[in-house]
Amino acid sequence: MVTKPYNERLEEKVSTIFAGGASKYHEKMKEQGKMFVRDRLALLFDNGEYKEDAKFANSEAGDLPADGVVTAMGKVGGQMVCVMANDSTVKAGSWGSRTVEKIIRIQEVAEKNRLPLLYLVDSAGARITDQLDMFPNRRGAGRIFHNQVRLSGFIPQICLLFGPSAAGGAYIPAFCDIVIMVDGNASMYLGSPRMAEKVIGEKVTLEEMGGARMHCSVSGCGDVLADNEEHAIELAKSYLAFFPANFLEQPPVVDAVKPKAGRSLEEIIPENQNAPFDMYEAIDQLIDEGTFFEIKKLFASELITGLARIDGKPVGIIANQPKVKGGVLFIDSADKGAKFISLCDAFHIPLLFLADVPGFMIGTKVERGGIIRHGAKLIAAMSSATVPKISVVVRKAYGAGLYAMAGPAFEPDVCLALPTAQIAVMGPEAAVNAVYSNKIESIEDPKERLAYVQEKHAEYKKEIDIYKLASEMIVDEIIPPSELRQELVDRLALYATKHIPAPPRKHPVFPV
Amino acid sequence: MKTLLSTMAGTVFTVNKAVGEEVVTGDVVLVLESMKMEIPVESDQSGKITQVHVNEGDFVNEGDTLVTFE
Repeated sequence: MVTKPYNERLEEKVSTIFAGGASKYHEKMKEQGKMFVRDRLALLFDNGEYKEDAKFANSEAGDLPADGVVTAMGKVGGQMVCVMANDSTVKAGSWGSRTVEKIIRIQEVAEKNRLPLLYLVDSAGARITDQLDMFPNRRGAGRIFHNQVRLSGFIPQICLLFGPSAAGGAYIPAFCDIVIMVDGNASMYLGSPRMAEKVIGEKVTLEEMGGARMHCSVSGCGDVLADNEEHAIELAKSYLAFFPANFLEQPPVVDAVKPKAGRSLEEIIPENQNAPFDMYEAIDQLIDEGTFFEIKKLFASELITGLARIDGKPVGIIANQPKVKGGVLFIDSADKGAKFISLCDAFHIPLLFLADVPGFMIGTKVERGGIIRHGAKLIAAMSSATVPKISVVVRKAYGAGLYAMAGPAFEPDVCLALPTAQIAVMGPEAAVNAVYSNKIESIEDPKERLAYVQEKHAEYKKEIDIYKLASEMIVDEIIPPSELRQELVDRLALYATKHIPAPPRKHPVFPV
Repeated sequence: MKTLLSTMAGTVFTVNKAVGEEVVTGDVVLVLESMKMEIPVESDQSGKITQVHVNEGDFVNEGDTLVTFE
């Protein structure tokens, strides 16, 4: 082959671009346990193969190869996807005008081709020196967020956070369906610790204020905490495998796997309504082994939300966790459930509710926090979801807890009860106190008083007996725990063709 | 100072650990009664308890200090 001088020039240009930023930044990156952007992409894409656009962006500037962002298309787990990935060795991954234009263009490509879009974020934010070219204009950074909002529910949008996501840039994760954060390295914040000290006088570390662990356990801005970058990429692949390429398609189905070997539901679920048990153990008995992908595990753990497969088909599980805070619903758990239900519903993933809930929390703390409007979010999301909804009353489902967990009034396709189910406005103790408190207090003899209370408990329990509720057709079936898995397999198949047309309106007014 | 805070509002049902006892992460330090449920409060750290701030029957709010560790 003859090597022409113009080929040499091209090769030289390309190799400069592929090298990224100065070597001192590569060294710093390695010290932090971070991978170079092109190594991340090689690991993400099948066989490390991808097609890149506009690699020459800002190449004439000399020190800004690819303008600090790689935008590419390629297959991940056999599914074609679009990707934008910051290069933190180039001006700390900051955004110039071409960076922003490249991100906008890959969003447009994802929209036109109806493909999932992954955001591999590691960026210091806007280049303030270039602000007029990239911040306020029509195709400035704001357009990225505008596009994200428009694309939400149209295609899956996934954020992998490897480093900072600062100031305005922090809205990229905020508008994604899921945010996977690398422990120790990922961070999100509107104002850096340095800015916080200067502007409001607060002294705080980055990890405390915007670290991955904080966001995954306290703020709820992060969904999954990854041990390292390789783990984050693995997680993104597992997550993506649950989703169709866009809302026009159905989620992929794989071969069924038997549930994990373990104790039976009869052994796991205590009959005493007030005794805690571990809902994870119960979930394991219902789903295909090894398929659980939990979302927001560390946040509001009194409600478990996660993707799984039953008989090879994807389902979204919303389950109360009696082991944590008694499974009571709080402000954060309501938020958590609402977002998860909305995610599943957007991409045709059926919902399975496993209820064991004493209700929404009461008391000054939560009332002042607005638990009513937060609870309304969860109920609205559940209520407006049109995917198949299976409601299983595992044990108690009291008060608005029954509503939040897709109780009969919210048109679940079926409401199944285990023999341990107990549905009521409130539990027997609270109800008897509420109705007969004057009478109870008026009985002076303690023995007599106890006998009276016990008698009322028994009456109340009879009133809310699950067979009575089945007789009134409030629950559709009572299922022995040992048959629940098979029942779910059968039911999911029955409702596969479910279709509910959207009501004639523009959109509901979201309770927020 | 290392402390264990209450995760929710409720009444102290039982206090399972005493001053001077060594606990490890995950040990049930006390049980709250709230929303008619028994809520075990597990230690989020390992260490020796130097002070127990509550007695059985006390009302605690979310964020109140339950015990202090060395």
